[in-house]
Amino acid sequence: MYEFSYHKPSSVADAAKAMGSADDPKILAGGQTLLPTMKQRLASPSDVVSLRGCRDLVGISSDGSTLTIGAMTTHAAVAASGDVQKAIPALAALAGNIGDAQVRNRGTIGGSLANNDPAADYPSAALALGATIVTTKRELSADNFFTGMFETALEEDEIITSIRFPVPQAAAYAKFDNPASRYALVGVFFAKTSDGPRVAVTGASQGGVFRAKDIEEQIAAGKTPDSSGIAENSLNADIHATAAYRKHLIGVMAKRAVAAAG
Amino acid sequence: MSATGIGASVKRKEDFRFLTGRGNYTDDINQPNQTYAYILRSPHAHAKIKGIDTAAAKSASGVVAVFTGEDMQVGSIPCGWGVNNKDGSPMNEPFHPALAQGKVRHVGDQVAVVIAETYSQAKDAAELIEVDYEELPAVTNSEKAIAPGAPLVHDDAAPNNMCYDWELGDEAEVDAEFKNAAHVVSIDLTNNRLVPNAMEPRAAIGDYNKGTGEYTLYTTSQNPHVIRLLMGAFVLQLPEHKLRVVAPDVGGGFGSKIYHYAEEAIVTWAAGKVRRPIKWTAERSESFLSDAHGRDHISHADLALDKDGKFLGLKVYTKANMGAYLSTFSTCVPTYLYATLLAGVYTTPKIYVNVKAIFTNTVPVDAYRGAGRPEATYLLERLVTKAAKQLGMDQVAIRQKNFIPADAFPYQTPVALQYDSGNYEATLKKAMELSKWDEFPQRKAEAAKRGKLRGIGISTYLEACGIAPSAVVGSLGARAGLFESANVRVHPTGSVSIYTGSHSHGQGHETTFAQLVSETLGIPLENINIEHGDTNRIAFGMGTYGSRSLAVGGEAIMKALGKVVDKASKIAAHLMEASVEDVEFKDGKFTVAGTDKEVDFGTVALTAYVPHNYPHETLEPGLEENAFYDPMNFTYPGGCHICEVEIDPDTGTTQIVGMTAVDDVGRVINPMIVEGQIHGGLAQGIGQALLESCEYDDSGQLTSGSYMDYCMPRADNLPNFMATTESTLCAHNSLGVKGCGEVGAIGSPPAVINAVLDALHELGVEDISMPATPQKIWQAIQAASMPAAAE
Ligand SMILES: Cc1cc2nc3c(=O)[nH]c(=O)nc-3n(C[C@H](O)[C@H](O)[C@H](O)COP(=O)(O)OP(=O)(O)OC[C@H]3O[C@@H](n4cnc5c(N)ncnc54)[C@H](O)[C@@H]3O)c2cc1C
Repeated sequence: MYEFSYHKPSSVADAAKAMGSADDPKILAGGQTLLPTMKQRLASPSDVVSLRGCRDLVGISSDGSTLTIGAMTTHAAVAASGDVQKAIPALAALAGNIGDAQVRNRGTIGGSLANNDPAADYPSAALALGATIVTTKRELSADNFFTGMFETALEEDEIITSIRFPVPQAAAYAKFDNPASRYALVGVFFAKTSDGPRVAVTGASQGGVFRAKDIEEQIAAGKTPDSSGIAENSLNADIHATAAYRKHLIGVMAKRAVAAAG
Repeated sequence: MSATGIGASVKRKEDFRFLTGRGNYTDDINQPNQTYAYILRSPHAHAKIKGIDTAAAKSASGVVAVFTGEDMQVGSIPCGWGVNNKDGSPMNEPFHPALAQGKVRHVGDQVAVVIAETYSQAKDAAELIEVDYEELPAVTNSEKAIAPGAPLVHDDAAPNNMCYDWELGDEAEVDAEFKNAAHVVSIDLTNNRLVPNAMEPRAAIGDYNKGTGEYTLYTTSQNPHVIRLLMGAFVLQLPEHKLRVVAPDVGGGFGSKIYHYAEEAIVTWAAGKVRRPIKWTAERSESFLSDAHGRDHISHADLALDKDGKFLGLKVYTKANMGAYLSTFSTCVPTYLYATLLAGVYTTPKIYVNVKAIFTNTVPVDAYRGAGRPEATYLLERLVTKAAKQLGMDQVAIRQKNFIPADAFPYQTPVALQYDSGNYEATLKKAMELSKWDEFPQRKAEAAKRGKLRGIGISTYLEACGIAPSAVVGSLGARAGLFESANVRVHPTGSVSIYTGSHSHGQGHETTFAQLVSETLGIPLENINIEHGDTNRIAFGMGTYGSRSLAVGGEAIMKALGKVVDKASKIAAHLMEASVEDVEFKDGKFTVAGTDKEVDFGTVALTAYVPHNYPHETLEPGLEENAFYDPMNFTYPGGCHICEVEIDPDTGTTQIVGMTAVDDVGRVINPMIVEGQIHGGLAQGIGQALLESCEYDDSGQLTSGSYMDYCMPRADNLPNFMATTESTLCAHNSLGVKGCGEVGAIGSPPAVINAVLDALHELGVEDISMPATPQKIWQAIQAASMPAAAE
């Protein structure tokens, strides 16, 4: 780790101010990605602005049609929340299966979405559920938020404050773990919404999370989903899985997600 | 049986310390005025070093010194075992520098050391070192490394990258058996390379005392005396009385902490230069790149059988990847710890083994839990199951037909070893009972209803441990003896300290050894302390590996305890005014047969140190004895592992639904500790079979260099183990003990893979390599279901 200046504001407004006045700042949420990256000397921010003092970024509320989760809410809190379990049980289950207990107690939903790891779980939920990402500057639809692997529409000093999930008719997430890291080798989130089925795939693509429109159409047409329409050359290949295996798993996981959603 | 003696499942004495964070590991130790070392490592698998510019690093903030190979001109890091080629010529043994001399040979090779006031400063300064590399093509696979035109890891010092081309047995004689054979079954397989991953990363602190001229090295070692010998005599030319090596609490080794590593020599040597203590602790990514890896064999084998399935002859051809340099015991692993095991539990009369040890641009490979015996067992047990399938025989029946019978011991194998005891039918029978082998077809049918492919696999294995008789290993090229030492010091009030040359790094010696003392002297465990891990306090020691601690170190303790009882009996005889022949010692009390005279052990101890009433004419005061013990033979644990799996054909995922291990480990001192050792071994065996894959890309980069990519077994990968023992006693040591540290990792991988192949048999899958990951299984299913024409 290189040296940096540390800030711990107590409100999101102060955090935004600290971000604006620093040279090359980074937001610190749960630190589950940022700190390992800094320890490996792959990131060297001049300033680190921790959001851990910003109580206004923590919390979960539900009004029956919309579930709102503060950016600094941990995975453990989402998994344990009665509101989430009631409104979108698939989201609680997803959060409860991220990493291990330590990671879930530190890692946050805002950090996960801002990071947009191509193998992370939350991005698929946000995209499939058609979530709205609320920031210090604007509101972004999930469809416009994820722009590529580790890339989002966020500006340098823009902070996610909360995420709004419209409550679907039904939803389920089927994840095939990377055996080593336990991130998603392939994860498929299926949501049955009033606008029809939405399916988002994580873990598989070079471009990060994506909507599998082809599979959505199959489901809308009442067919059993399969992955034949997914272009193999758009998928990742690494020591864990070839593109062909990932493509196959997308079909299997889509089937399982649809079956689980009932 | 006493509550704290032999056979009692006493809770581990050391666990309070470990579980409450009060262990004292190398990195917990700090010396006044200590500095920190960062080792700059090669980013290339193979490159010439044309120049190193350290000027900027030397003037960086906090830096005390920077050294390169040019500064550190010391001896070669030695290899502990010489192996000869087929033609009798010695192996190629290239120079192994502590800091690179003009060339780097694997990613992670040590290039320079920066010593600074803090670790961060050392690491910052290392970024300022400019190394001018000329990259060379690299080779990581042993077969490719001996192909014509392959890059040469050691240039002229190892032509064709060959370390040795060794054989055991007479090939022509075995070929003759093949001529008479009704069947020949052949197999090609790879024993996958593994990264050991002890929980505690390696660490070392070097210290030099200008006043006395003495050096001290604190290090994460399984054998501090061996390190003192190797580093002192061969690398730094420091005599034993000027070099102290301390291996305090060590958090797991699995073999990887046996060897003398460059970093130990670097911090010790550099401490003499900068005249300050220097601490180095590996980061986890450095562990991946610098701890000796395990396994990495490519083998072909042919088994000749008669028409009834009786084995006639076995030929095995193995290429063993040594990595870039010869680590301490690397050379004996694929030879004397592997080829000699290829009889297994069978009566195969003729065996021929050829092993080529090959240099590549990878991390050195050495012993890892099991060391050679897992490789032999995997080959043999896959081959035997394949033979059963090929001949249409039952996989259990073919084994029983070829077992060495229980009444045939001592049994001389054709591959040098003489087994002293065993009963392979007994362990097989018990494992089949416990695993409900006979009801498997019902379970398979039930799983099929759920869409799962269920399979069962067996391995009846044998291993040789308790290493080793010095005369035998000496004749085979070992450059050291493999005895053990013990000292029993009875204190005046009757408490006892044991000084053992064995080293505990998770095995529970502090408890097991104390049970031997409690049993022998009849004193409570609280009165016994086991001391280990310091060359200044322990007379000598060869350390802990090869499941030798109890069978060799424990026997040394027993021998020293015997001497203590002898002397104490004489003192007791004096006190009771009896003749020593009439004195009996039991449950901590000396008595005289036929009288009510009695004196307890504590009184005798006190008398030895307060010798007012004492036989001074015939006995010295004090009660303390030393012993050295050199075993008569190896010990031969064996047994039967049965694995049952369910495979999800949609994804290729394997779930282990049953794992039964029945092991003959000889007499069991602490059943709970033995069970724990077997659980750990099984976890590592299952890790090798299903999860752990050490991958290099063609340029020689380790692509599985972190836990994001290298899959360690976790609790939910493992079933509830059914592990028990069914023992015969070792015939040549007093305790009858064999060893239990490695059996789990030795016996289980072929049981798991045989189970996977059994599950996939109906789909036409004949082979799968370790680790059998979901992807590989899915691919094998795809390939097998492809119409032949499309292939
Ligand atoms: C061992 C381990 C296992 C894991 N397994 C999984 C898994 O199975 N599935 C999975 O999905 N994830 C997994 N993770 C990732 C983890 O769940 C975290 O979600 C992730 O690390 C990011 O969240 P964080 O709060 O830790 O963010 P940080 O690491 O603090 O930040 C990550 C990035 O997001 C930025 N950021 C953070 N918060 C905000 C904000 N409010 N607004 C704008 N930018 C922000 C930071 O500047 C940084 O660039 C794992 C992590 C570890 C260490």
